[in-house]
Amino acid sequence: MANIVQFENVGLRYGTGQETLSDVSFTLASGAFYFLTGSSGAGKTSLLKLLYLAQRPTRGLIRLFGEDAVTLPRKRLPGFRRRIGVVFQDFRLVAHLSAYDNIALPLRVSGVPESDIAAPVGEMLAWVGLSDRAGAKPPTLSGGEQQRVAIARAVISRPEILVADEPTGNVDPDMAERLLHLFHSLNRLGTTVVVATHDFHLLGRIPGAHMMRLDGGRLLDPTGSLRFPPVQPE
Amino acid sequence: MAVKLIPSAADRRLLDESRGTRAMTWVMAIMLFLTVLAGALGLGTRSAARSLDRQLAGRLTVQIVTPESALRDRQGAAVIAALKRLPDVKRATPVSREELATLLRPWLGSDGMDPDLPIPAMIDVDLVDASELAIARAIAAVQRIVPAARIDRQESWMAPVSDFMAMITSLAGALVLLMAAATAAVVILAARAGLETHRDTIQVLHMLGSTDIQVSRLFQRRIALDTLVGGMLGTALACAVIALVGMQVQALGSDLLSGVMLSARDWTLLLLLPVLFALLATFAARIAVTAALSRIL
Repeated sequence: MANIVQFENVGLRYGTGQETLSDVSFTLASGAFYFLTGSSGAGKTSLLKLLYLAQRPTRGLIRLFGEDAVTLPRKRLPGFRRRIGVVFQDFRLVAHLSAYDNIALPLRVSGVPESDIAAPVGEMLAWVGLSDRAGAKPPTLSGGEQQRVAIARAVISRPEILVADEPTGNVDPDMAERLLHLFHSLNRLGTTVVVATHDFHLLGRIPGAHMMRLDGGRLLDPTGSLRFPPVQPE
Repeated sequence: MAVKLIPSAADRRLLDESRGTRAMTWVMAIMLFLTVLAGALGLGTRSAARSLDRQLAGRLTVQIVTPESALRDRQGAAVIAALKRLPDVKRATPVSREELATLLRPWLGSDGMDPDLPIPAMIDVDLVDASELAIARAIAAVQRIVPAARIDRQESWMAPVSDFMAMITSLAGALVLLMAAATAAVVILAARAGLETHRDTIQVLHMLGSTDIQVSRLFQRRIALDTLVGGMLGTALACAVIALVGMQVQALGSDLLSGVMLSARDWTLLLLLPVLFALLATFAARIAVTAALSRIL
């Protein structure tokens, strides 16, 4: 498997405070599944922000899809972002748009014709079990329903990388299991998945998933396998 | 939401249209109302100035101040005959004693009609064209017969009026430009306020891969529509006011004010103002939004 993401000695500092992330180095293999764990404040969300290009590092090297993402010109960011699906911790749904329109948003941003939008959005709504809530606006949806809309929006354009920040934080265990199953299905189709979670019960549910653990802004990698993953057969 | 000239219904839904009070429409209505009035003032004054220039260009007044009336009358007749022989002269007519007495009545009262009172002979001359050469030939012809004759170009009497009208025209033009600049400033402020209001939506769009152009188009469309609707309203009101003033001017029957009329071309220009302002607003919104977006990742 080729490497899709590479971090080398990445540091991130907000303002003049202490570094939130220090000397983070790892490599993500294309098509693999990763769990990112760590206590609150360990830097999980900051690491994900670097991954989905919402933030540039203060130092270090980040390669994404084989290109240097640190010096990437701003005008090329949209093209990269369209290849990354993001499930935000706070969902970030557009409040005045229906569930249908929220899920359709990435397709519309990419210029997909309206006639080609209804089918995949309908499929996604069915996939997350919200077909009957297509016209509902986020404020009228429960936390779990909003979470599922956010997930459907993140995966509808079949991104090469899916980044999810605490995607099961607002749902019951059954729904958490279902959502994880959705991520696993997407992963089997070739998407690299990175899920940040506190929920240790989920960690053993995906066979072959890799574990990344942050502690105080540093990535724990005692064996070096995250930085230098063993070569696996294609 | 790809780059298209006309956004789809889905694109239009992206910015919550129910938010805000559409104050922008009313601001634009007021701006265009004032701009159209200023424009009409400028165009009307320019038209009056041109009409005045056309009326006075190439018109001369010859005064023969010989004290002896019989000689004065002979000189007058000779000057008229000489002028009429010139190809540049369209008309040369003596001003009658009655007309002169009427003109002098404010100063002389009824004494102006006294045949013994020595009043200069006056001749009105219309030239075919107002060229300096034609004027010089006419002056030479007069002075060959009466070297002491006084010749006045009528346009020189009205020069202060023409200058005043030119100043009003320039002032009106400056007002239109000032209003355009103020409109652009209002649009920039409105676009910045809109960005702040829709900050969350814009962040989401960016994270999903929207380009700055895609986001700015959402604002451009909305601001252009507000400007166009408000502008048309303001223009309609201003046109009604202009038409009303035009009727009042016509009722006055003043020669000078009758020139202050708008031609079909002037009306077309005024009616184009809301469209021009909508284009200006679109451009200003695009500049403001893309500049603001370029400061965020």
